[in-house]
Order: sequence, then structure tokens, then C-alpha cells
Amino acid sequence: MQNHPVFTDNDPQNETSTLNLGPTHPATHGVFQNVLELDGERIVSGVSTIGYIHRAFEKIAEHRPFYQITPLTDRLNYCSSPINNMGWHMTVEKLLGIQLPKRVEYLRVIIMELARITDHIVCNGVLGVDTGAFTGFLYMMQWREHVYEIYEEICGSRLTTNIGRIGGFERNFNDIAFAKIKSFLTGFPPVLKEFEALFTRNRIFIDRTKDVAAVTAETALSYSWSGPLLRAAGVDYDVRAQEPYSSYEDFDFEVPVGSNGDVYNRFLVRNEEMWQSLRIIEQAMAKLEKEDSSIFHADVPEFYLPPKEEVYNNMEALIYHFKIVMGEIDTPKTEVYHSVEGANGELGFYLLSDGGRTPYRLHFRRPSFINYQMYAPMSRGMLLSDAIINMSSLNIIAGELDA
Amino acid sequence: MAKVSNEELLQQLTAKFGDQIIPEGEPFGLLTVETARENIIAVLGYLKSDLNFIHLTDITAIHYPEKEKQFAVVYHVHNLAGGVRIRVKVALTTDDVHIPTAVNIWEGANWMERETYDLFGILFDGHPDLRRILNVDDMTAFPMRKEYPLEDPNRVDKRDYFFGR
Repeated sequence: MQNHPVFTDNDPQNETSTLNLGPTHPATHGVFQNVLELDGERIVSGVSTIGYIHRAFEKIAEHRPFYQITPLTDRLNYCSSPINNMGWHMTVEKLLGIQLPKRVEYLRVIIMELARITDHIVCNGVLGVDTGAFTGFLYMMQWREHVYEIYEEICGSRLTTNIGRIGGFERNFNDIAFAKIKSFLTGFPPVLKEFEALFTRNRIFIDRTKDVAAVTAETALSYSWSGPLLRAAGVDYDVRAQEPYSSYEDFDFEVPVGSNGDVYNRFLVRNEEMWQSLRIIEQAMAKLEKEDSSIFHADVPEFYLPPKEEVYNNMEALIYHFKIVMGEIDTPKTEVYHSVEGANGELGFYLLSDGGRTPYRLHFRRPSFINYQMYAPMSRGMLLSDAIINMSSLNIIAGELDA
Repeated sequence: MAKVSNEELLQQLTAKFGDQIIPEGEPFGLLTVETARENIIAVLGYLKSDLNFIHLTDITAIHYPEKEKQFAVVYHVHNLAGGVRIRVKVALTTDDVHIPTAVNIWEGANWMERETYDLFGILFDGHPDLRRILNVDDMTAFPMRKEYPLEDPNRVDKRDYFFGR
């Protein structure tokens, strides 16, 4: 970072201009407002304003039963909704003490890793677009579409997925879903390789990204960064490795780490994470072969909504259906913090239960919100065009920023 | 580095702060302690500099209208190398919602405290920029307090009891 030149007070060059970047600007990919003070093309200072799509999810969640909160979590990081959904289910399962069968956990791992890949596809693809190369984005986007088709087979929707239920999945994966996952595993690696060939050793791309917005590990930790951004700065913290959930301890994968936390390092870390995610999905598919293919939820009738046919024909199912919907089942009076490795970092759920059907208090630890607060301070002294690609590679998702 | 156990951690904290640290149990393996507002910065600083809790995971608050001390400010702190987390709580009364800021320990506390102020009205003394962050600046209420209704109270078509809530 270069220092802002010092002028005397009466020097005409001392004048700066104010630029209102956002809240709706094509280069910011979301609703972010930054009021920047510019000296020519160099940023002198900046103030971030957020809250444009604040929807008070934490307040709404206090009035909703646990199973109706899943659709709220969809709308946090909508580029990888399934991770949010699974994180929420796991939080409630932890509270209720539900043990899941291995097959369900492996199915969840597949879905979460697919979601991580789609999120990184968007982030790295858009980083290419913002540096002036549209091709890579276009190639990769086709495969995000493919993953969305997999979601469609599993839950019927694409972006805001509402995938799974407390205790497992609402229905088993069908053969088309497995066939599509397999075709993704064979079709995507060559495209990812081509994408890397387009960017990783590209002179123009390296010139634009290397040493831009470099962050030391100390600063990143002080700002509570997590996820690929923290790893790009050289700290090997990954929730999947450190506090394995959903049987991640059964999988063999590496946690890629960068060195100086600049935009180029973040790009490389995300690319490598996609390769690792593919590895995990392959292992999960192999492990599924050994499991009973009819299991797709835990045997917890008091918390898992029974299928409608059973509700109409079976007394126990009818009773449980009513008890779950009317909220007559007691939950433990305690508090639980559960975190998953979201695509942007540690996604945490702090749930306080008073024994009722709704949370007494639910707090989302949103990685985008916490990562974004360094944006304005770190933009000081940066060129405006560098600040734009810095925002791309921070991968701030407006839904997760505001909640 | 070996995993630090909760007993060990609690021992270290009580050795330093004595009865100022009140253990609240270990729900789901996460050690929870309560302390007074006077000690919170010393406790957080000690956790960071001496016990290697370098990562501030989260700051938030809880409102208990039925309790004598209505507010609890909750800190989640993480020792990355030791693989252990701790939850620290501070109880505050409604008429005195002041608590010292943690910005001098972790820069990242800045927005977390602004969010907590915005939603609960907790005043973080010494905070460099304590403004609302998610809601509009001229809002007067603190919406996450329990007395604040979810929707316009004059609406009759969306009363909670219609939906079994």
C-alpha cells in the first residue's frame, strides 16, 4: 500500500472528491454502500453503510417453531443455502440430542460440499469478470446450474433450498440425483482445470491481484476473520477439521493455506478448496455404497415430521404430527452454540431455548458481516479499481451481511 | 498443541480472578462463566494474551424481561490452537446498560458491539463509533428487546394465536 501524499493546506492539489459507491452499483454485486473520499484514483478514507436488506431474522425466529426457521437460514448466504440449512438442523439436533445415522451424515456432506463449490464458482468467476475476463465465469456457471439441478432432484427448489429436515432429509435421494452427482464428479474437474489454466498463471490476472489488499495473519485474526480469507492469510483454521461435525472426521481432505492474504492468495485458496470438496464428495459417494440405501432420516418420531400418507392412516403418526405442529413437545432448557464451515467462514448459530417450541433467542454469527468490517479501513491508500476487486474476493453476500 | 480441557481452563481463570468468575456449567461441552462488568475487559484481555484465546467469535446480547438483571451480554471466544471455546456472560440491569468496549482487545469487536447496541441498546463505553448499523439512524426503539412487537400491533389479521404461536 502506498501512502497518501502530503500537501500543504493551501495547495490546490490538497482537494479531495467524494464518491458514493453503491448501494446499487454493478461492480459491487449486492447492496453495499461505501462513501469514499478520493484523491484522484486513490482512496483516502471510506465509510461503509450496511443494513439495506435487513429483515430482522433474529426477531422473526423468536416467533417461529424450530422447523419453520430453516427457510430463514436459506436467505442468509443465498449462494450456498444448503450449508446454512444443514448448520441450522445440526444446531437443533445438538440441542435435542439426536444422533443421525451415518448415511444421513454422508448425504449432508455431499450437499454441503456441492454448495461450497457453487459458492466458490461464483466468487472466483466474478473475480475474473471484475478483472476483465468473462470467459472463466461463463464456463463455470454452467456447472453451478448442474448443481442446482441436483438440488432440484433432492428438494424441488434451486436457490433458497430449504433442504432437509430436523433429523435428516424429507425424502431419499432418487437415482437421477445420484446420476447427476456422478456426472458432476466426472464433468466438473476438466472445467475447473481449464478455469485454472485461464487464470492462475495469467500475467494480466496476476498483475491485477497479486499484493492487492494483502492482510497479515495478526490483522485478520484481530478482525475475527474466518474461512478462506483467514486461511489465505496463513492461519489454518477450518471448522471441518478442528471441530468435525456431520462425520467430517471420516474424510481425508486438506486445508489449503495461503501466505500473505492478498486477492491472488484468496483466489488460489478457493480454487484448491473446490478440488478438496470434490475429493470429499467422491469419498462420500464410496462410503454410501456400504450403507443401507433406505435410510434418509433418524428414527426420532417426536421431532421428525411423518409423511402425509402415514398421518392419514396411522394413529401414532397422526399424534406426532399434531404434537410437532402444535409445539407440544418439550425441548431442553439450555443454550447451544454450533458452527459449521460456511463458504465464507465460520457460520455460527447461538440458540437459547426456554423449553418451548420457539427459540428464546437465536443469533446468527454471519461470516460476511464480520469479514466486511475491515473493508473500509483496508481500502485506505488503495486504488479505486483495487478496492473493487478486493470486494469481489471478500465474497460479501448481502443477505448474510444484514440478516 | 494439545487440546485444553475445560477444568484446566476454569482453574486458570479462578486462580487469576478468584470468586469474580462464576461458573455456569458446560452446556454441550462449551464452558460458560459469568463475571461482573468491572472485570470483563480484564478477563477478555487475560484470555487473549495469557491463555491464547486469539479469536473473538461473537458478541451478542440476550433480553430476559422477567429477571432482575434484564440483559446479558454474551462473548464467545475461541482458542484456535488449543481447540477450546469459552462463553463469557455479563448481566446488566435495564437502568444501567453500560459495559466497557472490547475494541481495544479485538478490532473485530467494533461492528459486533454496534449490532448489539442497535438491537438491544447496550451502551459500550469507549467505543469509537457507537452508531446504529442495521436499522435507520433515527429509529428510537431497540427492536430485539422482548417488549418490541414483531409486527404492527394494530393489525388484526396476523395475530399469533391464529397460527398456534
